[in-house]
Amino acid sequence: MSDFPSNAKCVVIGAGIVGNCLVGHLTKLGWSDLVLVDKGPLPNPGGSTGHASNFIFPVDHNKEMCLLGVQSADQYRELGLSVDSGGIEVARTRQRMDELQRRMTSAKAWGVEARLLSPEEVAELVPFVNSEVILGGFYCPSVSVVDSLETGTVMRRLAVDDGCRVLANTEVLDIVTTPGPNPGESRVSAVVTSAGVIETEYAVIACGVWSNRIANMAGASIPLVPAVHQMADVGPIDVLAQTGNEIGYPIVRDMDTFCYERQSAGSMEVGSYGHRPILHHPDDIPSNEEAALSPTEMPFTPDDFDPQMEQAIELMDMLGDAEIKYAINGLLSLTPDAMPCLGEVPEVRNLWAAAAVWVKEGPGMAQAVAEWMTFGYPRVIDVHGADIARFYPEERSEEHIWARAGEHFNKTYGIVHPAEQWESRRNLRVGPYFSRQQELGAFFFQARTWERPQWYESNADLLQRYDLGEREVEWDNRWWSPIGNAEHLNLRENCGLVDLSAFQIFELNGPGAVAYAERLAVNRVAVAVGRSVYTPWLTPDGGFHSDLTMMRTAEDRVRIVTGVFDGGRDSFWARRHMPTDGSVTFTDITGDITTLGLWGPKAPAVLAAVCDADLSQAGSPYGSLREVELDCVAGAAPVRATLFRISYVGDAGWEIYLSTADGPAVWDALMRVGADFGLRPAGGAVYGTSGRLEKGYRLMGAELESEYNPLEAGLARPRVKEADFIGKEAYLKARAAGEPEVRMCVLTVEDLHDSRGRERYMQGGNEPIVTPDGERIVDSHGRVSRVTSAGPGPSVGKHLLMAYLPAELASPGTRLGVVYMNETFDVRVAGTGAVFDPDDSRMKE
Amino acid sequence: MRILCCIKRVPAPGARINVSADGSSVDAAHLGFTTSPHEECAVEEAVRITERGGGEVTVLTVGGAEAGEQLRYAASVGAHRGVLVLTDGSPWDPQRTARALTAAVESLEAADGAFDLILFGNESADSGGFQVGVRVACALGRAVVNGIKGIELSQGEARLRARREIEGGFEVYELGLPAVLGVKEGLNLPRYPTMRGRLASKKLEIATLAPDSSAGGQRLRRLHRPVETVSDTAILGQGADAAAAAVDAIAELGLV
Amino acid sequence: MLLVLIEHDRGVVGAPALEALTFARGLAAGMDADCCGLMIGAGETSAGRAAASLGAHGAARLYTVEHEVLSDFGPEAWGESLAQAVAALQPAAVLACGSERGNEVMAQAAARLDLPFAANCIAVTAPAPPATAGTENGGGSWSVTRVQWGGSLLEDADLAPGAQNEAAFFSCALHTVAPAPLDPPPGAPEMLPVAVELDAEMSRTVVADRVVLEAGVTLPTAPVVVGGGRGVGSAEGFAVLEELAELLGGRVGCSRAVTNNGWRPHSDQVGQTGTRIAPELYIAAGISGAVQHWVGAMASKHILAVNTDPEANMVAKADWAVVGDLHEVIPAITAEIRRRRAQ
Repeated sequence: MSDFPSNAKCVVIGAGIVGNCLVGHLTKLGWSDLVLVDKGPLPNPGGSTGHASNFIFPVDHNKEMCLLGVQSADQYRELGLSVDSGGIEVARTRQRMDELQRRMTSAKAWGVEARLLSPEEVAELVPFVNSEVILGGFYCPSVSVVDSLETGTVMRRLAVDDGCRVLANTEVLDIVTTPGPNPGESRVSAVVTSAGVIETEYAVIACGVWSNRIANMAGASIPLVPAVHQMADVGPIDVLAQTGNEIGYPIVRDMDTFCYERQSAGSMEVGSYGHRPILHHPDDIPSNEEAALSPTEMPFTPDDFDPQMEQAIELMDMLGDAEIKYAINGLLSLTPDAMPCLGEVPEVRNLWAAAAVWVKEGPGMAQAVAEWMTFGYPRVIDVHGADIARFYPEERSEEHIWARAGEHFNKTYGIVHPAEQWESRRNLRVGPYFSRQQELGAFFFQARTWERPQWYESNADLLQRYDLGEREVEWDNRWWSPIGNAEHLNLRENCGLVDLSAFQIFELNGPGAVAYAERLAVNRVAVAVGRSVYTPWLTPDGGFHSDLTMMRTAEDRVRIVTGVFDGGRDSFWARRHMPTDGSVTFTDITGDITTLGLWGPKAPAVLAAVCDADLSQAGSPYGSLREVELDCVAGAAPVRATLFRISYVGDAGWEIYLSTADGPAVWDALMRVGADFGLRPAGGAVYGTSGRLEKGYRLMGAELESEYNPLEAGLARPRVKEADFIGKEAYLKARAAGEPEVRMCVLTVEDLHDSRGRERYMQGGNEPIVTPDGERIVDSHGRVSRVTSAGPGPSVGKHLLMAYLPAELASPGTRLGVVYMNETFDVRVAGTGAVFDPDDSRMKE
Repeated sequence: MRILCCIKRVPAPGARINVSADGSSVDAAHLGFTTSPHEECAVEEAVRITERGGGEVTVLTVGGAEAGEQLRYAASVGAHRGVLVLTDGSPWDPQRTARALTAAVESLEAADGAFDLILFGNESADSGGFQVGVRVACALGRAVVNGIKGIELSQGEARLRARREIEGGFEVYELGLPAVLGVKEGLNLPRYPTMRGRLASKKLEIATLAPDSSAGGQRLRRLHRPVETVSDTAILGQGADAAAAAVDAIAELGLV
Repeated sequence: MLLVLIEHDRGVVGAPALEALTFARGLAAGMDADCCGLMIGAGETSAGRAAASLGAHGAARLYTVEHEVLSDFGPEAWGESLAQAVAALQPAAVLACGSERGNEVMAQAAARLDLPFAANCIAVTAPAPPATAGTENGGGSWSVTRVQWGGSLLEDADLAPGAQNEAAFFSCALHTVAPAPLDPPPGAPEMLPVAVELDAEMSRTVVADRVVLEAGVTLPTAPVVVGGGRGVGSAEGFAVLEELAELLGGRVGCSRAVTNNGWRPHSDQVGQTGTRIAPELYIAAGISGAVQHWVGAMASKHILAVNTDPEANMVAKADWAVVGDLHEVIPAITAEIRRRRAQ
């Protein structure tokens, strides 16, 4: 083949919905010299797109999934390759009815039209539903059925018309990388196919269930596993055939049986997420030639489907007499955390992932990746939850992927609490205090791989002292304990000891370290040695990529401390933008260092019991680092520690950085000497939620996302530093534009009672903030005011919410509403800062 | 009417059949299993006959425990009883299979009376031996005709007329019952199981018989794929624009 | 001696018998054995008419069996006759063509003698002399290569008759060899009757009636077959194929997916479980070429594939291919043929 494209700017591997849309979107963004490769034939190369049920239920509690789903649905609609069939999620249980109220809330948040139906109303829309077995339904008229194959074809042609080369029936055999630019790094140089070698600058892996196998070729990983979703096509059914349409009735999701019924012309597709998890290794997927149907339409295992059939017949009796004409174990992609894998892979420069993406979000996610490749970060919305860099090494192992995919498969239609914890793969990373915490009855939450005490049962005695009790409604009480509030109040009254081992700590070293740190950070990092800086890192468009602390620990050294949810992304961002002149090296020292937080009015006294240093504000000023020695064990050598006077909870105290090996001795010493001062261990419920919210501190990934800038978040400093930094131009532009359109605010819930007189507690799951008239609040960029964090404020006696509000609604005292479980509760704007100790006197006195 | 259908569980391959490394069997790792197509028609025909005139359809197979799936499938489309001659699932030569089936039929008939009609597939989709049904019929001393694509019962179900396709038409055989037929796909269009049928088939109690059968004279040495004929396909073009080139090719054959 | 079943229909010998003879005589030559024909139910007249041709294809002698039950084909009567002839003549092996009748009669005879029968062989090797027992082909076993999966797989097998001097039964897969007369043709074979005793009950499976369905071109004999697969999409979609087939004096065929969808009758199905075709030209439209279909179509002399997938199995196996939607391509071909014919 003389016209084989031996050179390309970018090779996209996989011609399913994602790869096709990706070359289309890249072309729209001005890319050329694209090559699209697939080992299968076109238009259906045999991947998951080819057997997808092709419907989109736009409402999802997760912002990324919902908004990219809506975006995708709109793209299908614009191409005229979509029909709004409507869809109903039916409930068979009370718990599900509550969940449907929550769906209504999310629909309101994301601006999707929806309404609840009685069983009779469901039967009016779908007359063959047995209304006897359901309690109600959640109806969404904009549920659509799309033509994913044709959409892929149209998007591919768009690229082809602009010069994109398409190689069908061409298998990728290897991805060649070359070392550099920095030591230990590599970058894409060529894609080896069965038809020849393509030298290329970029490669994108968009090959669905095969993605990890292809990534492995380059020494990278895309943690996903091919999993079975069973589907049976039954028919013919007269009532369906009589519609004369591909889809004439709303799609029904039988949520409590994890099943759906979707008309396909004269028959019904019954699909299931209720069977046992059936996972496959990519090498066990047959080739196009070997497969009886297609590689991802694997042989049906009827025993697994039988219970679903019974339930389907229960809901729609007519299905019982329909013939099972076609039934498959269809493969789709599952990841360890049920989110897609998008973005540049951390292991190999210019190798991108666009995987674990389903038809329902394909076009939108392809657009996000295309923008990311073009502009340095997606513009459509923030995708931190889908960023492939989020995964730690432990999360990329096959054992982990399989365990987690197996655990969440049945939750596809499940009722998943916002704070729900995993059962499998626990205790992957624990701090040095773990056994002590277990003895104290710590209830652990897992933050990605790290176990963190959320509260300690050993503090249950405090409940009586502070007169605290459980919440009234089980849902609000789930994954929550009043002990957290007790720990909070004790910290405010006495002192709390917080395990911060999960902090992710990196070091930039070398003559260029400070200059490079300046380039990453909005705020000035070139401070005196021993000072620290709390700073955002911005995307090129001036939105938040990260929010963390940088410490100048030496002339040529900057320490970066970030949260465990962001460690992977921040580490990658820091490595990815590093100068290539060898002036900076990056080291992850998380494992070497453990951190304890010691806060509360009695914290200085507790620390003074083991430390001779001057711990006054003068000797250890707020924001400073100080090297000290701690006398932990009588007669033993003192322990070296770095004190960082800072607080994320609003009381005086320190983050104490220690060598991991020294951690237990310091824990024991502080617990021992602290006993006289009322010290108690305090969990993440205080550190991450109640203490933080009372102070109005913003959290990356919640309040801080790439759609928002520091001005809106209230994190802009009076002046902008001289040095250049990523996003500076956009940031200056935003500042020049004057007052921000929205401001991050703290709100108090004024009345917690619902219509049944029960006290309800918002969870911080994107509950919409509404005007007194109940209207959604949307700014000129389409950004909706919604709860980004919620939690108790035990010291202020209010349930607290955080949300961006338009400037005109951001004044303290403004009365608004919050929708929770489809009911509106009165809220009041407290302001843009702290509701507790607003002048920070407790921290800085 | 009592009808027996003898069926075989076979893999359902795609465009390429792979052989296990030692050549002893088809590599079925990626494959589903089905009932050999001729036999699906046998079951369908039997079910239709009993739906019309009453009676009972028994399905019999020789194989490993997994062959029960095919018996259940038959039950899901209307068969009433399932009998499995349980083996270790390894392929048996035709004589051995026939001996096992003959013994099974004799045992079933001893218990419940003779079958009026025994249906076999003309040949299995996989090994294609073209003989098991004939061997069983001969051993039972019953009339047997192969290649049947049409069955009509007559004289109060005492006789049947069976059609066999020949060039330009068909031959007719007239048999008294009991009889044995080797049938071919095309006899009917088999139904798919309904959901209720599938669920009901779960309740089928599969009777298991112990095999009592010695090996015959044919022994599998190895399976292999034939040398692929690599054709130098001339791609004449894309879409309707290629019509002229296609007609040129057809004209080369003198057909235009 | 190798005994070859001479397949015929009421005395008329067709290609299958000549294929079997051609196949058997090669085997016989290697064994230094005679190759003889056995014609069951043919009177002297019809046997005599066929003798020259049979001799030319390698029959050294022609055994004939006559009996009143053998007035027409009957699998049991033919099988019993063959079994008795084998008992009487003691051939080393019996061969037939793997046609419907050939395989059926061989199965009948082998069953009656309880001897092994390997259907549809493409190669047969005689046992090595006893001295080499223990080697691969020693110890009295015949070694065959036979067809499985309609030709998609081959099986190497050993065939060991039960006892010394008992015959092994083989059929050669249809079209494995083309009938080829010897050059120069030998003289007409000697005709020798073989006596059989047949129970009158054997008549129960003799052909009772024949029905001629259609005159004209049939799928197995059509010079052109226009086949449609799942890609045709509906029963109505076949109209464009019908039109082209009619124009070319051919017939429409289809894949198993099509009959299973009820779009075409099974009689149109080309494949392992349908009809095997051998046209001058097979136009395969929207057919991927799965095993089931390919084995029915592989005897086609020329194949033109029309498929959206340039790497579909059928395209790979075709002489010519047009990549595209058959609903655009087939009407365009029809129009082009009409245009040229009108000129």
